[in-house]
Amino acid sequence: MRLVQRPAIVLWLAFIAACLIVISRSHFTADLSAFLPKNPTPAQQLLLEQIRDGLASRLILVGIEGEDAPARARLSKQIARVLRADPAFVSVNNGEPVNAARDREYLFNNRYLLSPQVAPERFEAEGLHAALSESIELLASPAGLLVKSLLPRDPTGEMVQLLGQMDSKNRPQMIDGAWASGESARALLLVQTRASGADTDGQLRAMTAIRQAFAAAPGATPGARLLMTGPGVFSVTSRDAIESQVSRLSLVSIALIAALLLLVYRSFTALALGFLPVVSGGLAGIAAVSLGFGAVHGITLGFGTALIGEAVDYSIYLFVQQGGAGRPESGEESWVSRFWPTIRLGVLTSVFGFASLLLSGFPGLAQLGLYSMAGLITAAGVTRFVLPHLLPEHFRIHDVSHIGQVLSRQVRYAPKLRQVAVLWLLAACFILTQHSMWNDKISSLSPVSAADVALDASLRADMGAADVRYLVVASGLSREAVLQSAEQVSRILQTQVELGELSGFESPGRYLPSQASQKARQGSLPAPAALKTNLEQSVQGLPVRAQLFAPFLVDVEAARHRTPLTAADLEHTSMDMALDALLIEQKNHWSALLPLTAPEGAEINADRLRAALNASGMPDVLFVDMKYEADSLYSAYLHEAILLSLGGLAAIVGLLLWVFRSPRRVVRIIAPLAAAILTVTAGLALFGQQLMILHLVGLLLVVAIGSNYALFFERAESMISPRTLASMLFANLTTVAGFGVLAFSNVSILQAMGVTVAPGVILALIYSAIFARIPRA
Amino acid sequence: MMKLSFVRRCSLPFILALLLPTFGYAAAWDIDQLMHRLAQTRADHASFVEKKFIAMLDKPVESSGELFYSAPDRLEKRTLKPRPESMTVEGGALIIERGRQKHRLQLQDYPELAAFIDSIRGTLAGDRHALERNYRLSLEGTVERWTLQLLPVEIKMQAVVKRIRIAGEDNAVRSIEIIQADGDSSLMLIEKLATP
Repeated sequence: MRLVQRPAIVLWLAFIAACLIVISRSHFTADLSAFLPKNPTPAQQLLLEQIRDGLASRLILVGIEGEDAPARARLSKQIARVLRADPAFVSVNNGEPVNAARDREYLFNNRYLLSPQVAPERFEAEGLHAALSESIELLASPAGLLVKSLLPRDPTGEMVQLLGQMDSKNRPQMIDGAWASGESARALLLVQTRASGADTDGQLRAMTAIRQAFAAAPGATPGARLLMTGPGVFSVTSRDAIESQVSRLSLVSIALIAALLLLVYRSFTALALGFLPVVSGGLAGIAAVSLGFGAVHGITLGFGTALIGEAVDYSIYLFVQQGGAGRPESGEESWVSRFWPTIRLGVLTSVFGFASLLLSGFPGLAQLGLYSMAGLITAAGVTRFVLPHLLPEHFRIHDVSHIGQVLSRQVRYAPKLRQVAVLWLLAACFILTQHSMWNDKISSLSPVSAADVALDASLRADMGAADVRYLVVASGLSREAVLQSAEQVSRILQTQVELGELSGFESPGRYLPSQASQKARQGSLPAPAALKTNLEQSVQGLPVRAQLFAPFLVDVEAARHRTPLTAADLEHTSMDMALDALLIEQKNHWSALLPLTAPEGAEINADRLRAALNASGMPDVLFVDMKYEADSLYSAYLHEAILLSLGGLAAIVGLLLWVFRSPRRVVRIIAPLAAAILTVTAGLALFGQQLMILHLVGLLLVVAIGSNYALFFERAESMISPRTLASMLFANLTTVAGFGVLAFSNVSILQAMGVTVAPGVILALIYSAIFARIPRA
Repeated sequence: MMKLSFVRRCSLPFILALLLPTFGYAAAWDIDQLMHRLAQTRADHASFVEKKFIAMLDKPVESSGELFYSAPDRLEKRTLKPRPESMTVEGGALIIERGRQKHRLQLQDYPELAAFIDSIRGTLAGDRHALERNYRLSLEGTVERWTLQLLPVEIKMQAVVKRIRIAGEDNAVRSIEIIQADGDSSLMLIEKLATP
């Protein structure tokens, strides 16, 4: 009854309830996109779109292992049949010629609209003569068998030309009627999901459907195994990995911290009360991120786990420092007047440090910043304003003063180690100058395990699906506009192919030419009478008679009058998928993508191609190196994060200067923190860990947490009290437990934070003791 | 004189052959024997002259060039006249080069063409198993002068090829005649050259 009358308690309960409501409606993600920028350049924008919902993001590569080749092929066909009937999949390809007839039909029936060779000269007597001679030679050549039946309808060989353009060089072999890799003994399928790669739930549903189709297939035996890979699969597995790690790691760290606190307090009530600020802080953090960003990244949750170790500090300070004696009111008052200002300043320095992350253009970092700020303020606030009211009448914890006494004696000697510490720091500086510190590859952030990356590479090699590194992008305001620019770019690229700079390229204009080109092609086809005359002249000197080509005259006349092709004509062909990948509409803005293939055994010379494209003077045409963009994007963010961290540090220094108005005291507070950062960084370099953004966040945390220790040492008027020392040791141990557990995570970003913070806070405490004012004892 | 000594020299095996007809037939000349001999050739280089009789064209088309074969599955037909071009089959890939154009096809996409090419490749390799996947084989003649006839088994293939006749002397293929289902035909005469 008494409790409910306290306004602080009521407010707190209402706050918790509100947080729970927000969290229950939150959306959780785990893909890399949270670590990609908010305000990208056009090239980065393209990269992001491709990562989020480009065609590549919607592809799942499926492998079937085990059993023998015929059994695998049978399984592949059975699975494909089930998946083709499932609307969750746009296409399911395993080499079975499901679309081959329709593809051929589309190409052949529309050859005069599709073929870039169609031009007025080609249908004059001279042009026809040249084209016919070519076709007759082809007829007599080894490939003649393939073209013989086409000759009367297509004497100019447009179909051969179109097929030549389409032929994809690298495709898997067919074994027993389905795609397979002989070397790795796998049957292969390529599946395109309707859900975009960023839709992790949709990807999960697609994966489940594939698994079910495999399990239910009549040919499935215990010996057969299903493998899947692809960007969508990666986001599903990394979400699973992060989820399972976060839940396991938080259990472990809660157990560790609880055991530690129980050992210290010897009181379950104290333990339960001690966790209240932690839980409140965690809930507030998640709710704040959810409100601020619309979605919560899994990494933020993982980070929350670790923050348990810090948030619990405040209650430790309260319980231990107020002195075990069971008089809450006066005890509270004395704790509030003696220690709260120091803790409040500690919280403020942390908040100032993390506030800098909020400015990051990297949504992932900004999330961590917001989470920490909301979490720490809430935890400290609950400790200060709610917890004292909840303490029972005769609340007491186990007396820890003897531990404090022991520590007190140690601390007295600590300043004697200053010279050693300085030498040690000089050594750290030397180590840092000898190592390249930063890892500027974006892949360092990926939560995907090395085994999964290897499987992906192996399936991709089987499938002959290399990663596209270079693209030309034409953008515009309509489909027609970008198709026209794509055709212009194609002409430039074709010259590059002939120069040997490229082995080939793709273009949406191949599958769907612009209306303008189609009309121009129609316009270059002569009227029946004229064509007949031209044809009769053209056969002179050739071993054929003009009558043979009567069907050709009929087809040309039909092509002259038909309505130009639109995207709808491509439906149910396999080219529909290609067009979908290469022609993208977003908010009334269209982009045509032209992926480039490097010449055999050589790299693409990006500078020369860029120059060739620039020479054309076409606006809105962009040459994109995806790998370079991804890496430069990340290194730009790393650079930004370094600047922001320095900014955070400056903000902390400014705050301390404002509070203490004494540069000397501020230096004394900052010195141990700087020393801790230096030592940890040198240690990481020594163990071969290259720093990435999350190490940097870890270092910021070391400053945030360590500032509490430094402040306690600095604020102590004379010799720091044994009880305060004991509380700092316990707070330190819980932090180490919380973050130390992360160091064992196999998700690289969590691990990075763990290996930085756990040793960092221990060092911050030790350096604080070493650099503390020498007591006037 | 000549004739007499020949008969005398041959009389013993001849008599034995009469006495043991089955054994003699198997040992002297059958498809396995031919295949075995053909399989001895690991690499080959020959010149060819090919005449194609195509109904659509008023006169036959003649071409000539060189053939390169290396066991077990690489065959290159390099046409020099009337216009340089080349066709290479290696494993499952078919590469056709004409002028600056280079087409790479997967044989699996063109089953009729694949069966067609495998008839020649299988014969050169002496791979009876591969040949019998698509054709019914029959052999006529002697070691010195044999003719292997291939008749397609599958209906789909019968719609393209009526029969293939490969003639040879000992372990050398001398001519390949292909009669297509629509009556068009081609005859390729082969002359062995020194192996490069």
